Amino acid sequence: MNNMSKRVSLTAGALLLLTTAVQAEGEINALVWCDHTDPALLEPFEAMYDVKVNVKEYEGTAAGLAILDQSRAGDWDVMVIDTVDVGRAIDRNLLAPLPEGIITDSFYPDLVMADSNGRDGTMYAVTEKFGYNTIAFDSTKVDAADMEDLSFLWSDKYAGRIAIYDYYLPVLGLIGLEQGIATADLNAEAVEGLRDRAYALNANARQVSDVVASQTALATGEVDILIGGGEWVTAVLSAENPALDWTVPSQGALRWSQSIAVLEESGNKDMAAEFVKYIVSPEGQARLATSSCYWGMPANRAAGDVLSDAEKAALRWDNQDDYIANTQLYPTPTAELDLSMQDLWTDMLQQ
Amino acid sequence: MSSIERIERRNAFGFVAPALVWTIAFFVVPFGAMVLLSLAHLEGREVVQAYDLGNYIKIFTDPSLFKGIVVSLEITLTVTVISVLLAWPLAWIIATQVPKRYQRLAIMLAVLPFWTSYVVRSYAWALVLGQNGVLMETLMWIGLLDAPIPIMATRLATVIGFVHFFVMLLTLTIYANLIQLSPNYARAASDLGASGWQTLRLVILPLTLPGIMTGAFLTFVLCIGDYITPQILGGNNELSMPQLIMLQLGRRGDFPMASALSVVLMLLVTLAYFATARWLKMDRV
Repeated sequence: MNNMSKRVSLTAGALLLLTTAVQAEGEINALVWCDHTDPALLEPFEAMYDVKVNVKEYEGTAAGLAILDQSRAGDWDVMVIDTVDVGRAIDRNLLAPLPEGIITDSFYPDLVMADSNGRDGTMYAVTEKFGYNTIAFDSTKVDAADMEDLSFLWSDKYAGRIAIYDYYLPVLGLIGLEQGIATADLNAEAVEGLRDRAYALNANARQVSDVVASQTALATGEVDILIGGGEWVTAVLSAENPALDWTVPSQGALRWSQSIAVLEESGNKDMAAEFVKYIVSPEGQARLATSSCYWGMPANRAAGDVLSDAEKAALRWDNQDDYIANTQLYPTPTAELDLSMQDLWTDMLQQ
Repeated sequence: MSSIERIERRNAFGFVAPALVWTIAFFVVPFGAMVLLSLAHLEGREVVQAYDLGNYIKIFTDPSLFKGIVVSLEITLTVTVISVLLAWPLAWIIATQVPKRYQRLAIMLAVLPFWTSYVVRSYAWALVLGQNGVLMETLMWIGLLDAPIPIMATRLATVIGFVHFFVMLLTLTIYANLIQLSPNYARAASDLGASGWQTLRLVILPLTLPGIMTGAFLTFVLCIGDYITPQILGGNNELSMPQLIMLQLGRRGDFPMASALSVVLMLLVTLAYFATARWLKMDRV
């Protein structure tokens, strides 16, 4: 190779390295749920910081952790995770401490969940969105008064008109509530005691379906009731189909919440932290609450200044204090109990 | 061995080598890794490498897991038989009753649904078969039904979704076989006194067995390994093997059990291959 060729090669190599560095600086990679893939949520942040947010969608904490296991260090900067599972990620040293001041007084106090999102006084994640796994229904086909009592879900009156949301934790939690068992008390013996009730519920249902299929079934009239549904199913459809409704029955319901965190091995922690700050800002919260994939309550009440009255009505903004008081957190089973619950769920599906 | 034979053998190996390397790198090695993983266990949330058949024993003793095998086989065999029964007459009509110049158009029309996304097609069937879908509305409009009957979220919906897809595939393989048959076979049978039905049953049908079996084998392989159709149309009222595998991967994080189920699935496909191997000669299709 002559000198000229060497110089060209070196220059090209340097340019390539420079380009790669600039590209890495201008990107963050986020492991998220589908509500974070909405361009209406991401684009304002990208424009504000001149950064590209690459998102990968996943479902289920086990799948998310498996993706991290299979990735190289630094591949991911941000992760959205079930609040009750944040501890699993902390145990694996996957999360970085969050900067001070992210959680403000305008957050719902019950949603700060310092025990779940933090460890020994350090916050590793912040709750960004929450909602309820309860009963969603078509108010033109179902007696709304019946939906105030969970036991109606087992009645012949609604046989074959029910879909069950395909997620064992909230639905087994709801079955437990119907049996008078708090989610925190769901131990191995209590879970096994739900078996017959779960089988009976499945026998009364038409289908067990994921988020999209559940929404489709309710919206098309395939079923009239969705167990495990809530505002995350009906709110996004409220404009097109106001008949779709949801309630928290007298026995209570389950409250889901999702958190966002910066990953410990992120190579772009500062920008990742800025993204987290944006997501929990009033504007970010409002956009996340009304994301095209599913709606949910923002953890930061300051989003109320940004949301429209119609959006707040669909989210039942004014009922939140009552709902929070009458709902329980997801069960937090040990690894063994979690597998037992999944076995029960599989057995129920195969009945 | 002469030097010429040695050179020829070396040249032949040279031609085969790229495919061989590809197969070893992307099939043999990953499959070996999967078999090795299938011998491990999930303890708590951690995968612990072991070397025993615990996962395989569980598959055949746990009623829910074993039912996955039964469900998959029942659906796959039903789909294969129905698809063959529908595809053969269709292929025969195209090959023998449609004028030559229109046959290409007929085949194109037959495979037209292939052009749409598989997932979209499954969701389309969900809308057709639903309580308020086109099928029920039509049946009630013409007075055959007073109220909709549940088809969506049943095994029947899964079978319909599969059959729609695989009839097209089988039509192609059987048609390819039929157009190669010399008309002299039918003429000879007729000369020897065979009726039209006897000619069809005793001459034409046996001669199209390679096309039928090739299509049936492909149907078996694709159907038994399919996750999308039972997931969208079956309503999770029973779980097939691919659904059970996805459950292990996506929810339990039980990669060893998912691997063991995948190996069993592969064994079933291998058995299907051996059952149809004598007809699977592509040059006859």
